[in-house]
Amino acid sequence: MPTPRVLILRAPGTNCDLESAYAFELAGGKADSVHINQLLETPSLPSQYQILCLPGGFSYGDDISAGRILGNQIRHHLQETLVEFKSAGKLILGICNGFQILIRSGILLADDEQGEPATLTWNASGKFEDRWVKLSVDGHKSVFLNGIESMYLPVAHAEGKFVTRSTALLDHLKAEGQLALRYKSLHQSNGHVPYPDNPNGSLADVAGVCDETGRVFGLMPHPERFVDPTQHPRWTREGLQECGDGLLMFQNAVRYFAN
Amino acid sequence: MTLWEIDIYPAEGQPDRLGNTVTGDAADLDLAKDLAVSAARGFLVQGDIDETQANQLARELFADGVVERTVVARAGDARLSEPPNGKPQLLHVMLKPGVMDPVAQSALNAIADFGLKVDAVRTFRKFWLPETSAETVATLSSRILANDSIEQVVVGPLQLDRLQLGAPYQFELVHVAILNLDDEGLTRLSREGQLYLTLVEMQTIQKYFRDLGRDPTDAELESIAQTWSEHCSHKTLAGRIAYRDENGEQRFENMLKETIFAATQQIRRDLGDDDWCVSVFEDNAGIVRFDDEYNVVFKVETHNHPSALEPYGGANTGIGGVIRDPMGTGLGAKPICNTDVFCFAPPDISTSDLPPGVLHPRRVMKGVVSGVRDYGNRMGIPTVNGAIYFDERYLGNPLVYCGNVGLIPRNKSRKEVKAGDWIVSVGGRTGRDGIHGATFSSAELTSESESLSGGAVQIGNAITEKMVLDVIMQARDRGLYSAITDCGAGGFSSAVGEMGEKTGAEVWLDKAPLKYDGLSYTEIWISEAQERMVLSVPPANWDEFESLCRSEGVEASIIGKFVETGRLQLKYNDNVVADLPMALLHDGRPPIVRDAIYAAPATKPLNLPAPGSLDLNDTLKKILGSLNVASKEWVIRQYDHEVQGGSAIKPLVGVENDGPGDAAVVRPVLNSYRGIAVSCGMNPRYGDFDTYHMAASAIDEAMRNCVAVGADPSRISILDNFCWGYTDRPETLGSLVRAALACRDLAIAFGTPFISGKDSLNNEFSYEGETGKQTISIPPSLLISAMGQVEDVRKCVTMDLKEAGNTLYIVGLTNNELGGSHFAFVEQLEGGEVPKVNTDIAKQTFAAIHQAIQTGCLRSCHDLSEGGLAVAVAEMAFAGGMGASISLAKVPRNAGDVADLSLLFSESNSRFVCEVPAGKQAEFEQLMSGVPHAALGEVNESKRVSITGQTGDSLIDGSIAELKEAWQSPLRW
Repeated sequence: MPTPRVLILRAPGTNCDLESAYAFELAGGKADSVHINQLLETPSLPSQYQILCLPGGFSYGDDISAGRILGNQIRHHLQETLVEFKSAGKLILGICNGFQILIRSGILLADDEQGEPATLTWNASGKFEDRWVKLSVDGHKSVFLNGIESMYLPVAHAEGKFVTRSTALLDHLKAEGQLALRYKSLHQSNGHVPYPDNPNGSLADVAGVCDETGRVFGLMPHPERFVDPTQHPRWTREGLQECGDGLLMFQNAVRYFAN
Repeated sequence: MTLWEIDIYPAEGQPDRLGNTVTGDAADLDLAKDLAVSAARGFLVQGDIDETQANQLARELFADGVVERTVVARAGDARLSEPPNGKPQLLHVMLKPGVMDPVAQSALNAIADFGLKVDAVRTFRKFWLPETSAETVATLSSRILANDSIEQVVVGPLQLDRLQLGAPYQFELVHVAILNLDDEGLTRLSREGQLYLTLVEMQTIQKYFRDLGRDPTDAELESIAQTWSEHCSHKTLAGRIAYRDENGEQRFENMLKETIFAATQQIRRDLGDDDWCVSVFEDNAGIVRFDDEYNVVFKVETHNHPSALEPYGGANTGIGGVIRDPMGTGLGAKPICNTDVFCFAPPDISTSDLPPGVLHPRRVMKGVVSGVRDYGNRMGIPTVNGAIYFDERYLGNPLVYCGNVGLIPRNKSRKEVKAGDWIVSVGGRTGRDGIHGATFSSAELTSESESLSGGAVQIGNAITEKMVLDVIMQARDRGLYSAITDCGAGGFSSAVGEMGEKTGAEVWLDKAPLKYDGLSYTEIWISEAQERMVLSVPPANWDEFESLCRSEGVEASIIGKFVETGRLQLKYNDNVVADLPMALLHDGRPPIVRDAIYAAPATKPLNLPAPGSLDLNDTLKKILGSLNVASKEWVIRQYDHEVQGGSAIKPLVGVENDGPGDAAVVRPVLNSYRGIAVSCGMNPRYGDFDTYHMAASAIDEAMRNCVAVGADPSRISILDNFCWGYTDRPETLGSLVRAALACRDLAIAFGTPFISGKDSLNNEFSYEGETGKQTISIPPSLLISAMGQVEDVRKCVTMDLKEAGNTLYIVGLTNNELGGSHFAFVEQLEGGEVPKVNTDIAKQTFAAIHQAIQTGCLRSCHDLSEGGLAVAVAEMAFAGGMGASISLAKVPRNAGDVADLSLLFSESNSRFVCEVPAGKQAEFEQLMSGVPHAALGEVNESKRVSITGQTGDSLIDGSIAELKEAWQSPLRW
């Protein structure tokens, strides 16, 4: 199996780049960390890679709003590069801040006449929160979620509430299987997922969204924070799993290029 | 040139987050019920842009079109002052000029990326209130909306036509006339110049310059004041002290050196070839061995006075500052986790009872937590440990301890400045922020401090520091510099002064990059602007270093040269503005000589309530709900405690991820299972009885927290942070020296080295009360922070009960030690014996518990601290979602009667509760054979905590749901 190369894009304030690179390597990929300035200087750089990962953090401090400034940089200078990357059948993963950047840049969901059709805005709780959530996979669209039914992963964000401009868009994305990852209730519930199981108040309990090809995927939870069994919050009670739930996502990405 | 104002409101149907916060805060502080507030965030943008472009920026940069709406107009336009929802009263809150505004800075760059030309941006918040009196507006402004030390409130529309950009500086060399001053004049100069030096010190300076036959320049005087400040030189504790207590008199030439440092030296000698300390009490943080490849470094600092005035900025720059300590240790460590401990007054105090100049403790707490959260989270450093202590005496002077652990390759743990190297400043630009922070932190707070010391209060910019960290790590690994240190208190004056101590330094102050025009050479020299590091870069490496920095957008500037002169020479455009021998700065300060007296307070017995007179279920719930014990989940969840991916034991544990873990464990090297455990110990209440036992208990508590999760007790290193009142008073200093003696004794007895430390003195708050000057002194507050090492994190245990049928043991001796306990606190009882530490038993107990964890005998383990056995068992039960049934009959104790109440609630040290499965009982009892232990009862499915007394009476029987609710509800904000 060829070893896919992963470009981990970092910018001022990115802070999950090392563990994201580690997760890809654990899954069998070869990861390089590339600074945004380097990419702006050499926009052809991604052609040497199969996977682009936008890791978590606070790019440019999340000043103005989360992911906005880097999202705009991509819009202004890298749109063509990424469209090309996408249409070459390659994979793009945005985790947490990376998801916010994908939404702001228009790479994940195409603009409508008023601009970005959806957003990740302030948590309904009004604050940053770090907590573990149960997730269920809806449909088979996302390459990254292939064969996964549910996962248990941590979220750690202040701006993760998924909102669309229109109900029609939400329905459309749902029908197309693009609302690929959802927060799930820990307890019995009749469809409604209450806080904190839905940690931010996202519409339709959306935790992750993929594009129409399933090869571009953004999610608020952090799969790279559960690749080793000792990262589970209750391993001292429940024993050590064979591997972390999040590792499967990175393995899916790497395996995608084996075929 | 046009000045545009862009107001951003929540769109129709979206929550008004900012407005709702104000409504909530007004209700919390009893200022107004159901206050209806509408709020907007806004930007002032000045540049050559037209209306279309301004609208484009509003749409594509500033606002989120899905959930927000904007009003865009030229500043002053009537459209900007049209009240939404009929609320007529308009207020704007904006940062005072010169205060760090990271969002405005980012916005400038982001606008440039659109290809538009703007020259200034400022942010503000806009509030619309119902018709209210001017008095209410003023109260809301000062209590909630703005902080006068950094912000200004504009009532009504913003009438600005341009943003101020600073005026150019005209050089003028300033001398300070000191030669002919009498003692009174010297004292006045020290105070009015905010030098905060003693008369003897001022006389020493005067003599030096009289011998030279000239007056000092302002930069020279400031350099001396900064270097000699309490904050930078720790002159009181490192000074000569004559100490008297019940054992007679002891004289110290250097108190810290002869107690705490000496203990570490003895431990290292005793360890011989097995010495695992690398660098202690010399660099910015202590360094110890971790594994074959890495060392770990640890430092905790305080940022009390700035946090009292501006809680958000004070705590923000507190954590930002301490992160720079490991970054500036050796050749630079990578920060791997944070710890933060706070002391506040209880948050339920009535606003009308606040002394003048004091912020409400609730506001202080929220601000401090947000400040730490925003900096730590943005830096990508998990905040894994902490504690909060509440006491009325922290009202005007809260304490904010911030700590950081770093990881550094073994061969990068030493630095050496070389003469001929460039002095290089990296990171943030220099502004007027933080002038006189070092001397201010050494002074007492008063109700006037806010107006006096505005410049000492700052806001940090975490991303600038993260960018610096990113390039420093690469430059370190490429070997591009020979030394590094952080710019902390005293700014360049301290950083360059320390680095050049052995060589000498020539500094070109005009070369330092500035945030804005107008700074004098002295302001540049002593500014404490954040996010700056100073490096010693060999000229041969400069090009590579500079290009690395530039590639990531980090500013690096040569501001001077280390020279073999032994002098500190400052220049501004070829004018010599200071020229001092390094020896004067570092060895010229006259020793501080102090008397210290300790007289033990009169002891009195604690009279226990008659058996049966208390509802003990109720007592237990009161202790669980007391603020020091109650759940801090509201705080902990706001910190990212898992970033960097090494989290092995989280701060919150148990079946619902919400129980109070003893210590968090992280794996700093992702492909290894070796871990670092971080914990702390502190109990200011014991200090009211005896600061010796307070200190001993704090060390024991920090140790047992670490040991309880699986850290090796022979590899724990600790830090001291003394926060005390006014130590010019012999009794106050006496109580501190006594604590230091305990630190020495306990460290030696445990073989646990102190590797670094810090003190903050003069933590008092004075104001004019109805009966004249009132002073509130903080209680003696010694924080002990522990860094433990875990060989394999997969052997760690947590405190939550795991399985019905397992046996619960207590390990350690329980004594009649209810003095200063939480039982005494909630039942309002006075007197009693304060907990002491039997170091022989403690050391053996720690070793035995460690063995039991290593051999897999324990399913859970929890240390006993505030609230004693009853609280520990209750916490274990509700964290695990299990029941527990225990009897006090066999609890090991010293000879003599120990009442049921003492067995339940005594806070005797060095104790643990352990959960042992049936198959491991024999092995466990064998391991514990040398230490006091007894089986208490068992874990069950009942979901109740049942405790019976020595005669078999039921003392406590409560459901874990109600106990947990009592524990969670007080700080569930």
